[in-house]
Amino acid sequence: MSGQEAAGQGVLGRLDELGASLSAYRGEMLQSIAETGVMLGNSLLAAVLLGLPMGTWMYLSRKNGPQPRTGVYALLNGYVNVVRSVPFLLFVVALIPFTRWMLGTSFGTTAASVPLAFVAVALYARWVEQTLLDVPRQTVELADSLGASTLQLVTRFLYPEARSGLVLSLTTVTISMVSYSTIMGVVGGGGVGDFAIRYGYQTYEYEVMYATILIMIVVVMAIQGLGTWTSRRIDRRLR
Amino acid sequence: MIELQQVTKSYRRRGTGRRGGEVHALRGIDLTIRDEEMFGIVGESGSGKSSLLRLINHLEAPTSGRVLVDGVDLAQLSPRARRAQRRRIGMVFQQFNLLANKTAFDNVALPLRLQRRRERERVMQMLDFVNMADRAHQHPSLLSGGEKQRVAIARALVTDPGILLCDEPTSALDDHHTEEVMDILGQVRRELRTTIVLVSHELDVVKASCDRAAVLERGRLTAVTDVVAPPPRQAFSSYAERAQRYLA
Ligand SMILES: Nc1ncnc2c1ncn2[C@@H]1O[C@H](COP(=O)(O)OP(=O)(O)OP(=O)(O)O)[C@@H](O)[C@H]1O
Ligand SMILES: [Mg+2]
Repeated sequence: MSGQEAAGQGVLGRLDELGASLSAYRGEMLQSIAETGVMLGNSLLAAVLLGLPMGTWMYLSRKNGPQPRTGVYALLNGYVNVVRSVPFLLFVVALIPFTRWMLGTSFGTTAASVPLAFVAVALYARWVEQTLLDVPRQTVELADSLGASTLQLVTRFLYPEARSGLVLSLTTVTISMVSYSTIMGVVGGGGVGDFAIRYGYQTYEYEVMYATILIMIVVVMAIQGLGTWTSRRIDRRLR
Repeated sequence: MIELQQVTKSYRRRGTGRRGGEVHALRGIDLTIRDEEMFGIVGESGSGKSSLLRLINHLEAPTSGRVLVDGVDLAQLSPRARRAQRRRIGMVFQQFNLLANKTAFDNVALPLRLQRRRERERVMQMLDFVNMADRAHQHPSLLSGGEKQRVAIARALVTDPGILLCDEPTSALDDHHTEEVMDILGQVRRELRTTIVLVSHELDVVKASCDRAAVLERGRLTAVTDVVAPPPRQAFSSYAERAQRYLA
């Protein structure tokens, strides 16, 4: 048997092995994908429902914004900075009493969504603020000259003009949340990351771990692709 | 009627340093603009033309003095009443300020939408007025500068304001498109009887269209004069024709 054949068989053998171990774990794998889905869904919902208005409010209330309010801005800006600067693992642990108070438990997938939601809101709020700052000053001037109220400025001028940036930044936040969610095993959140760590790190089944990582890369690429595609479709600025 | 009484406007210069402090953009301005006239404001860059225009719809508040539009002082109104009053004054900008993600139609419909009005007929009528009806469903990125400005004029007029403020409406345009836009403004004035205030540093444009004009120099009004119209200009159907005739 030549060296090459041996190597070939080696690779095939390992692929077989991989397939076998993957199918053995399929149920658990699907379960953990579902858990990740729940955590992402909850935190993105929070990002859109709370982060979007918060970032908009930051844009409006900042020093040279359309409606300067130093106090409001300092408060919101403080929230974003604090949440983003505490190391995430510490943040998760520090939030345990709050989560228990809010949900009655600090354990499980729903409870794990709480710290993720806090981070998603902070990240998206900052992105929204920055994205709105990219809207030309003339757009605000136009809204003013047409006698638009602040609410109309936001819904009829700023969001339509910034929409592709808002979608792209939500995409970025989503991808960050995929990454953040991998450590939620520490509070029993489960998820794909927890699955990979349990099998790869704790029981040395590296194939399972690498397969999981591969799946995550594909998922992230798909999210980015979808985000980029959507933002291009709704962007009429150049073309 | 638009009246400015002893108006001054100063801005606080950003940052500190030896030139920090106040910028006096306008000083002691007294001016009356009559109904249905086309009034020019000329002056070199930084002389305060835009500031003066923006005082009329109260995009800027005067530092002192009073600005009255049809006898109403916008500074005295609540923010809500002021917004309502502002809707009776249209504005056209040098950079057109069209929303890039909306079609020409939706841009023109925007001022109506702000008042929860949905009047497709009215929008199409205005687009027709500026000869842009056939481009109604295109986005601004596909339009030339002159076409964009025509859409912007339709937008400014769709709510039928009594006053139209124009800040350098032709300064971003070539000669041919300048004429096109100025023809439309002339038509606005004749057919809709709108009072037009036209800021421009291009003397030709003011001379060809305005009844009277004010000259600004470093924030002061140095003169208000009746404009003597130039001999009627030749009409050219295209830029190419105009260039050829002019150069030959
Ligand atoms: N928001 C502002 N903050 C500070 N200074 C300002 C502001 N707006 C205008 N100025 C200053 O006021 C003066 C008059 O400006 P204005 O824009 O009215 O001039 P203009 O005649 O329209 O000039 P241009 O032809 O360049 O448009 C300038 O010195 C300008 O720097
Ligand atoms: Mg100006």
